[in-house]
Amino acid sequence: MMGGFTWTYFFYLVQSIGWTLVLSALAFVLGGVGGFLLMLARISPRAWLRRPALLFIECVQGIPLLILLFIVYFGLSVYGLVLPALVAASIAMMIYASAYLGGIWRGCVEAMPRPQWEASECLSLTRWQTLRLVIIPQAVRLSLPPTIGFLVQLIKMTSLASVIGFVELTHAGQIINNSIFQPFLVFVLVGTFYFLLCYPLSRWSASMERKLNVGNR
Amino acid sequence: MNFSLDFSPLAPYWPVFLRGAWLTLRMTSVAVIAGVSVGIFVAFAKNSRNRILAQLCSAYIEVVRNTPFLVQIFLLYFGLASLGVRMPTFAAATLAMVVNIAAYAAEIIRAGIDSVPRGQIEAAQCLGLSTWRIRWHVMLQPAIERVYPALTSQFLLMMQASAMASQISAEELTAIANTVQSDTFRSLETYIVVALLYLVLAVLVKLIAYAVGETIFKRRRTLRRAAAHGRRSPVNDPTGTAPLVHTPYVHAAVRLRARTGGRVS
Repeated sequence: MMGGFTWTYFFYLVQSIGWTLVLSALAFVLGGVGGFLLMLARISPRAWLRRPALLFIECVQGIPLLILLFIVYFGLSVYGLVLPALVAASIAMMIYASAYLGGIWRGCVEAMPRPQWEASECLSLTRWQTLRLVIIPQAVRLSLPPTIGFLVQLIKMTSLASVIGFVELTHAGQIINNSIFQPFLVFVLVGTFYFLLCYPLSRWSASMERKLNVGNR
Repeated sequence: MNFSLDFSPLAPYWPVFLRGAWLTLRMTSVAVIAGVSVGIFVAFAKNSRNRILAQLCSAYIEVVRNTPFLVQIFLLYFGLASLGVRMPTFAAATLAMVVNIAAYAAEIIRAGIDSVPRGQIEAAQCLGLSTWRIRWHVMLQPAIERVYPALTSQFLLMMQASAMASQISAEELTAIANTVQSDTFRSLETYIVVALLYLVLAVLVKLIAYAVGETIFKRRRTLRRAAAHGRRSPVNDPTGTAPLVHTPYVHAAVRLRARTGGRVS
């Protein structure tokens, strides 16, 4: 039965924002952990850690998230591992996010001046102490704008989870569209919700970047 | 659980895979060329003195950059169809890519234009160059050369995003994968093959971007020619007045002019 757009649909959309946020948070936190480990491996003095990490990052960055999602969701189901859509989407997005965050953070850590490492060595700090007490606190400041920028990408990427049937904002929009067939209205609304989520973060990231760049102006 | 990877059922499908990869590459290149052209105009319009135009452009950039590509595709394909504008899937997908990449390219190119030192533009004005010449020679060309790496990685991301066009069943690589895996029931193998194909495409796009970058920028062409010339005759300065080390560009230009009889392309 065809009907108009009612408040019920609207609240259904608003509810599904929650799932978009849950998936984004899961992907960001898990990807953050993975990215941190990858960053450590990338700056490690041991080649057997550094090279596989580089290979992993390069490979994942060359593969679309959609394909990763299919590999995790459909691919693993052949092995008898039937994952719920939320878990499959989280795993795929964690792999994706960890590769990108690993790359971003490695850049920030390596941007720290060499003498910082040498000075720490003179103070007889261990490598881990140097990282924890000297390098990372400074690198965090540098890495915050690109990290927030990537979080925006990640929130937008959660729309891909609709493809494997996870009911987040985009999928909710598709469901409503299938029942009332008003694609223009529905997808403009969905787009607006994403915009409201992402725009403040983008602005925040941009303003932080401006503050960091004060010296270069 | 005793399941092993078996790629042999996929062997008859390789022409299909190649066709999908070719379509992905074609969509990406059309989107990149059209998108960058539009993006250049948007970048200049955003800095223009016309307040309304500038604000429209920044609104466009912000809206596109803060909404998912998938929603943009749906809006362009289903939304416009419901308003009476029907497009074939290929056109709709490519149009969505153009709209998307134009916004990102505009933002990147604008950053490049902003990084052109004010003094250079003033110097060009003092030399009496027209506004359009200043824009083309002094602002745009150096700006694009400076942000070229950022543009290239944006193109790569765009190629990956083109996978989403499978959702409106444009027959590109990912849609092909879906068809093949429902034919063969070898989903994991199919997606691994497609992932590898995307990796190959990514390397290919990087190579193309590098080759294009080496040919379109006049400064790089001149530098390369000067280097080649320098190798052939290390000290060859007919006038004896050109500074030797500090200004390779001028130095090279002087030599070139001497060799070609005044013409420097």
